[in-house]
Amino acid sequence: MSDGLDVLSVRGVSRSFRSTHGETLALEATDLQVAENDFVTILGPSGCGKSTLLRIVAGLDVPTSGEVLLDGRRIAAPGADRGMVFQSYTLFPWLTVQDNVCFGLRERGLPRAGQLEIANGFIAKVGLRGFEHHFPKQLSGGMQQRTAIARALANGPRILLMDEPFGALDHQTRELMQELLLGIWEAERKTVLFVTHDIDEAVFMGSRVVVMSARPGRIKLDRSVPIAHPRHYSVKTTPAFSALKAELTEQVRVEVRRGAELSAP
Amino acid sequence: MKPLTPVAPTARLLLGIAFFIVFVAGWSLATFGGYVSKTFLADPLTMVRSGYTLLATQGFGWDIGWTVWRVFGGFMIAAVLALPLGVAMGAYKPVEAFFEPFVSFARYLPASAFIPLLILWAGIGEAQKLALIFIGSFFQLVLMIAVIVGNTRRDLVEAAYTLGVGDRGLIRRVLIPGAAPEIAEVLRMVLGWAWTYVIVAELIGASSGIGHMITDSQALLATDQIIFGIIVIGLIGLASDMLFKLLNRRLFPWAQLGR
Repeated sequence: MSDGLDVLSVRGVSRSFRSTHGETLALEATDLQVAENDFVTILGPSGCGKSTLLRIVAGLDVPTSGEVLLDGRRIAAPGADRGMVFQSYTLFPWLTVQDNVCFGLRERGLPRAGQLEIANGFIAKVGLRGFEHHFPKQLSGGMQQRTAIARALANGPRILLMDEPFGALDHQTRELMQELLLGIWEAERKTVLFVTHDIDEAVFMGSRVVVMSARPGRIKLDRSVPIAHPRHYSVKTTPAFSALKAELTEQVRVEVRRGAELSAP
Repeated sequence: MKPLTPVAPTARLLLGIAFFIVFVAGWSLATFGGYVSKTFLADPLTMVRSGYTLLATQGFGWDIGWTVWRVFGGFMIAAVLALPLGVAMGAYKPVEAFFEPFVSFARYLPASAFIPLLILWAGIGEAQKLALIFIGSFFQLVLMIAVIVGNTRRDLVEAAYTLGVGDRGLIRRVLIPGAAPEIAEVLRMVLGWAWTYVIVAELIGASSGIGHMITDSQALLATDQIIFGIIVIGLIGLASDMLFKLLNRRLFPWAQLGR
């Protein structure tokens, strides 16, 4: 793949943390290309540095070596061109759903009417029409994450970064959210980098699945998902889905076990 | 009764009033029953009667006005100056490192011990009273506001950055609105402390105010008037506290959710 077509290009990015025991390498030098309209899911055991990688792309963490390019430009700080949805509920509790979604637009100095037009469009897309004037604490976890997705999308980012956004939700809600996000992605053709430790989620959502090794994290596998879009939830029972899931399960298991041995006393 | 089980609003109100009644009943028993000499403690009726005389014929309303003015004046000056400094300290760690040790030291200086100095510097006029309330509340406010702002949830800060805010936008649109309800609570609390300082300020070298009336009554052994003065302070304190609470609830409805 040439850089010209890639939205995101991660080049030799590593990250080590200094602690009292000396330096710990969390992320080995990693390369990753994400093309336009790609939905890349990053799969790996907890503590493998997948969130660290995402945070570096967001500009919330600084790599020890290497660089991240967005549309060929090196990123140095967080910015509105990389929208992020976090695992924790990060809606501003003092703002209503509508004002949360308007947050980035207002920062850009868009007139209120323009803000509302865009915001209400995305609020409708995530199925929260009628909840515009609710405060985050009046919403369920799933609704809060839907608002967070609308908030990130309303800003019109080049790439959407998602750090286990459904990790705190119950199983049923999580599956509904996956379908919702996939539907939005199929309609909007956004570029997404999505971190998860859920194999089903990684395969169902991703057009490409990247598996990371146990700490220190590195990319050990990069598979495209051979399932056509639009995807109905019933694809989860197809042979293609099961085959890929079986392979990834094996790969992740090895890493989880290695990680457990490494951290054993 | 089970631990931590909430109580119904009406029951809460009734229970709260009930203790006032118990208190006055105990007081009445001690005084009307003759267990305590009138020289040391006036009975409730005498207190109410002399309170009425104070208000109706001796211009005690004027004293109350002065005291209220001093509390709010001194407190407002302290709050207006403490807010920007506290926010700056909470947001910018070098600013905090510069001021925090001194402010921590200054807040333990007993405000009332400054009275002799303040009289020397500012005389016995209004400036001295305002200065005392300022010293008593400013340093406390600064520290607490700095802590509140500094405790802003980091994930909210990160979310704001990924939505494109700059540093000034972060302070204006995340740090301040997020900290506002807690800051308002701190203002309410410190206003209560300001009430204790104002009386101390008026006990020495004042020609008006509730504290002044209390010192005058002391010379006359008028315990009824002293108690009336104390109760007036308590009532005004209670009223301003309730008003403040109501205002906070109106201003920050979101902070009441999920409590």
